[in-house]
Amino acid sequence: MGMTITEKILAKSAKMEKVVPGENIWLDVDVLMTHDVCGPPTIEIWKKEFGEKAKIWDKNKLVIFPDHYIFTENVHANRNVKILRQFASDYQLPNYYDVGTDRYKGVCHIALAEEGYNVPGTVLFGTDSHTCTSGAFGMFSTGVGNTDAAFILGTGKIWEKVPESLKFTFNGKMPEYLTAKDLILQILGDIGTDGATYCAMEFDGEAINSMSMYERMTLTNMAIETGAINGIIATDDVVKEYLTERGITNYEVFKSDADANYLKKFEYDVAKLEPVVAKPHSPDNRDSVKNVEGTKLTKCYIGSCTGGKITDFEFAAKILSGKKVKVPTFIVPGSTTVDKQLDERTIGGISLRDIFINAGCDLAQPSCAACLGGPSDTFGRSSDGDVVISTTNRNFPGRMGSKKSGVYLASPLTVATSAVNGVITDPREFV
Amino acid sequence: MNKIITGKAYVLGDNIDTDQIIPAEHLVYSTSVLEELRNYGKFALSGVPPEKAGLPEGSVPFIIGENYESEYTVIIGGTNFGCGSSREHAPLALKVAGIQAVVAESYARIFYRNSVDGGFVIPFESATKLNDVIKTGDVVEIDYEKNVIKNITDGNEYVLKTLGNVFEIVKSGGLFEFARQSGMLV
Repeated sequence: MGMTITEKILAKSAKMEKVVPGENIWLDVDVLMTHDVCGPPTIEIWKKEFGEKAKIWDKNKLVIFPDHYIFTENVHANRNVKILRQFASDYQLPNYYDVGTDRYKGVCHIALAEEGYNVPGTVLFGTDSHTCTSGAFGMFSTGVGNTDAAFILGTGKIWEKVPESLKFTFNGKMPEYLTAKDLILQILGDIGTDGATYCAMEFDGEAINSMSMYERMTLTNMAIETGAINGIIATDDVVKEYLTERGITNYEVFKSDADANYLKKFEYDVAKLEPVVAKPHSPDNRDSVKNVEGTKLTKCYIGSCTGGKITDFEFAAKILSGKKVKVPTFIVPGSTTVDKQLDERTIGGISLRDIFINAGCDLAQPSCAACLGGPSDTFGRSSDGDVVISTTNRNFPGRMGSKKSGVYLASPLTVATSAVNGVITDPREFV
Repeated sequence: MNKIITGKAYVLGDNIDTDQIIPAEHLVYSTSVLEELRNYGKFALSGVPPEKAGLPEGSVPFIIGENYESEYTVIIGGTNFGCGSSREHAPLALKVAGIQAVVAESYARIFYRNSVDGGFVIPFESATKLNDVIKTGDVVEIDYEKNVIKNITDGNEYVLKTLGNVFEIVKSGGLFEFARQSGMLV
């Protein structure tokens, strides 16, 4: 019996010939990532547990991105950033990306890719559930809590149960009215928010192979929404080219064996899929956009690690070019790099930023912003009985702020089209 | 370590996510300053929609007024308990509120790990659906040598799955204690 890509990477990290789903193994961690919400308590636990002897196992492998509660007056939130700043200064950390400096990056999962921390065949842990995003590079990545992160911080090791693998194959050529977001919402509707609990989600097929790096990251990003431990796509030329541009050429590429064992396999023909939303209040509450067309909106939101990448804004700008939005529409670039690209990339000679401004959108600085509600002064936060359509990842009760609000999750094409009409609208009206 | 947990049960539905357990706006408090830490108890389960808070009736407050400790000791959940974010503040908030154990049909991975590795609450898996047979306010007794939960209020008894090899970490009180006891950490 062969092994899946996930099993192979975990075996390498555990220095084992072979691993079997269900067994607990100890892994050597290649990168530990944390941010302003979970970094301070992680540091606290690390200091308490290791005491005087507390030592960072490898400073070069620790990456810290303040990104969650950045542009707020909340004193507690700002204190958390100060704690990170002090920690980075005390230990002379090379990979700290401070707010208010040229080094500031924004949302951790996007920045990990842009800054070259995602390397095929490696193992990355982060104190954020969407750490699974990095799996788009053919690596193992997953989220953990503060205690686990503190343990890694001091030892470079962590235990993990080898997951069973599920395979999702998307055949055919992507129609231009669909994005990766529609595919992952399709899966969520099919298997539910616990449909892949503790499993690896492996994606392949023609539609995946022809996707850009950032679109692939939308798929692996939302693997956690099905309960999966990780999402993964085998390294190919698209990945290699992205890495070469960042000077990364030395890595090991793993692929699943033809006779690898999968708990279950799913196949989709993308030509037969249509634009979908997840209705309030769960990411698996899928419906076709057609079925909810006409739903009145009070806010539209484009941003986050899921839907705030440059490709997401390109999709949205294609729709919004030369049009006006009818409801408040919030644009939050995922990173400072994405923010710059809004000026560099153009459609019909007009920058994406100007397209959004001309359409009447509100633009903010890069951060997680209202994806997870946040402090009361957070940009784009939902209030009262808002009805929001958003490119983000979760629509649990109160997720974007108000417990009374309802959030529809959708692709950037669907969100932008709906913004123009003020009601939920199928993107095929404009695409 | 005590093999019996006894106390009042607070019953919730399926898919209780971490935003319901502790809404993201509260993740700013220090976990080491006692007065601030208490906020995690005060706001524990404050994101649960009222009609689903304390089943079957609903609208049963988990925390009364300005308290940070709840009168309940055990949470009874359904499937996929703790789904959503990786925030360790979720099992921490339940612990600060006085919860010792959660009994649910299934858990999201990160919540389960955090509960065990951080030594906050013990996440028991029930063999059958319990959130429609145990009522908020019932007194329950968990015996985890025998792996059963007994509803003292109505006399019914239900089977719990064994904790398997995470029992060693639970018994130690968390990942760090486990690692020290097993010689991994000196």
